Amino acid sequence: MKNVIEVKELTKHYNGLTAVDHINFEVEEGEVFGFLGPNGAGKTTTVRMLTGVIKPSSGSVSVMGFDLGRDPIRAKETMGVVPELSNAYTELSAWNNLQFMAELYGVPKRVAVSRAEELLTKFDLYDRKDHAVKTFSKGMKQKLITAMSLMNDPEILFLDEPTSGLDVRSARLIKEMVRELRDTGKTIFLTTHYMDEASQLCNRIAIINHGRIAAIDAPEKLKMRIGGLQYVEVSFTAPVDVSDLSAMSGITRVRTSGDKIQLYTEEPDRAIRGLVDYSRSNDREIVTLNTLTPTLEDVFVKLTEEE
Amino acid sequence: MIDQIRRAYAIAKKDVRIYYLKGPVIIFGILSPAFLFLAFMIGRDLPVDFLIAGLLGMTIFFTSTSVTPVIAPTETQTRNLERLAAAPISVTTILFGDMLASVLFGIVISLVPILLGMALGVTIVHPFILALGIVLAAFCFSAMGLIFSSTPTSMTSTVMMLSTMVKFPLVFISGIFIPVQELPSWGQALASLSPLTYITELCRYSFQGACHYPVMVDIGALLVFLIVFMVIAIKLHERSLPKRL
Ligand SMILES: Nc1ncnc2c1ncn2[C@@H]1O[C@H](COP(=O)(O)OP(=O)(O)OP(=O)(O)O)[C@@H](O)[C@H]1O
Ligand SMILES: [Mg+2]
Repeated sequence: MKNVIEVKELTKHYNGLTAVDHINFEVEEGEVFGFLGPNGAGKTTTVRMLTGVIKPSSGSVSVMGFDLGRDPIRAKETMGVVPELSNAYTELSAWNNLQFMAELYGVPKRVAVSRAEELLTKFDLYDRKDHAVKTFSKGMKQKLITAMSLMNDPEILFLDEPTSGLDVRSARLIKEMVRELRDTGKTIFLTTHYMDEASQLCNRIAIINHGRIAAIDAPEKLKMRIGGLQYVEVSFTAPVDVSDLSAMSGITRVRTSGDKIQLYTEEPDRAIRGLVDYSRSNDREIVTLNTLTPTLEDVFVKLTEEE
Repeated sequence: MIDQIRRAYAIAKKDVRIYYLKGPVIIFGILSPAFLFLAFMIGRDLPVDFLIAGLLGMTIFFTSTSVTPVIAPTETQTRNLERLAAAPISVTTILFGDMLASVLFGIVISLVPILLGMALGVTIVHPFILALGIVLAAFCFSAMGLIFSSTPTSMTSTVMMLSTMVKFPLVFISGIFIPVQELPSWGQALASLSPLTYITELCRYSFQGACHYPVMVDIGALLVFLIVFMVIAIKLHERSLPKRL
């Protein structure tokens, strides 16, 4: 597999504050690469450096083999970008926005016309194509911005929180588009706060915190990586003494949430046996009993916890 | 290179569609020179060709400096800038596109005083020099407008205030209301620092057949100002663009 993005010791300082701190990673051709992190972790700053919008304080980025410092124009021609906060030109029509993008990226007129028609149809905007963008709803704008980023048929698509604030259907449309693009061999760099979106779409995920990469791996491997986070969730017909449960062998931590009790353990099987014994000897009936593996959210919380 | 020129043209086309009808462009570009001129002209007995030459110089000046300062702050505010910054174009290309839109505006509006002058019986003695002067001055003043708009702000009014503070004094030192040769020597020295002086000179030459400096000096001065303004504008915008995101 070829690396389409290579990031080396990338750093960005904003007068005294280190927003991104010597990060290193590669993104392979054809993968959906998720970039997660709490607010202010440095995700947008990283995306901006990868897309050549701002210059790094130090370190290097190359995209499709073009060094962004030395050959920014060639590198940028291979990308599509949906910035975190951005807008189409609201005075222009959807159609003119798309054609403007095509002209900026040097797409021939004939190709641009058919591609714009195709994208507008796909994003359900075709019958509004000649309306000024200021008459669009937020979701329609976001779809148009996504369409604009695809006008140059990019090899790599950067999406910075593409579904934030969208309704379920529009968000699905964008996720569907990500899958389709991946199936045609394109690479996608996705920043999001939605854990399920990341675990559904991404081949690999990087978790960034305070400008540093806390972990990079496939979603399932990330979940396995943090041990002690499997848990058994149980509820009884009558209240029980939680300290009895935490005294059971193999339980590392107990948490209550509503009438449910979560027992963290390395060995779910042993915990379940213990619970059954407990219910029998204390005459408490079990109402529900589930084993749960950690979710991406658990991994995220654990890795970005304040020490 | 050719690609970048095409892309600059695309930016200019976008600017024409969006910014020509914005309030500040109309007010600062068209209305303010008209009023300034009327205020100056009323109650004085001056030859028409002298007046038209002054009006033309002032019109090119105000119109060409009115479009470029609006674009950068507006696009900062509407958040269109990050898109442009991510596109395969250099800052120079963006500025060149903005300048082109501004130049076109300046040239088209400057036809108004020319037609007015012709209606009042003014003859154009040197049409080629006039055309060259107008184009050159429009580029020069558009580049000047770009310098104002390099202030990293999203407030159009801030940029407009700044540019007005520079533009109005320039009008008074540039030999529009009093020809350069009639100014005292300190006035002449001051006038020579203003690019507006040289286009007014060229207008006088084109309408009245004579002016104070040699024509080549006027043209050369405008060229020098254009290059200097453009270089400064590019440097300043390269620095301020990241601060606008
Ligand atoms: N232009 C700027 N000037 C100064 N500081 C900045 C600038 N942009 C970002 N920062 C700082 O850099 C840090 C990282 O910001 P960034 O926008 O990259 O976070 P993020 O991970 O995208 O957060 P979010 O999830 O909220 O979008 C923050 O502390 C932020 O305050
Ligand atoms: Mg962000």
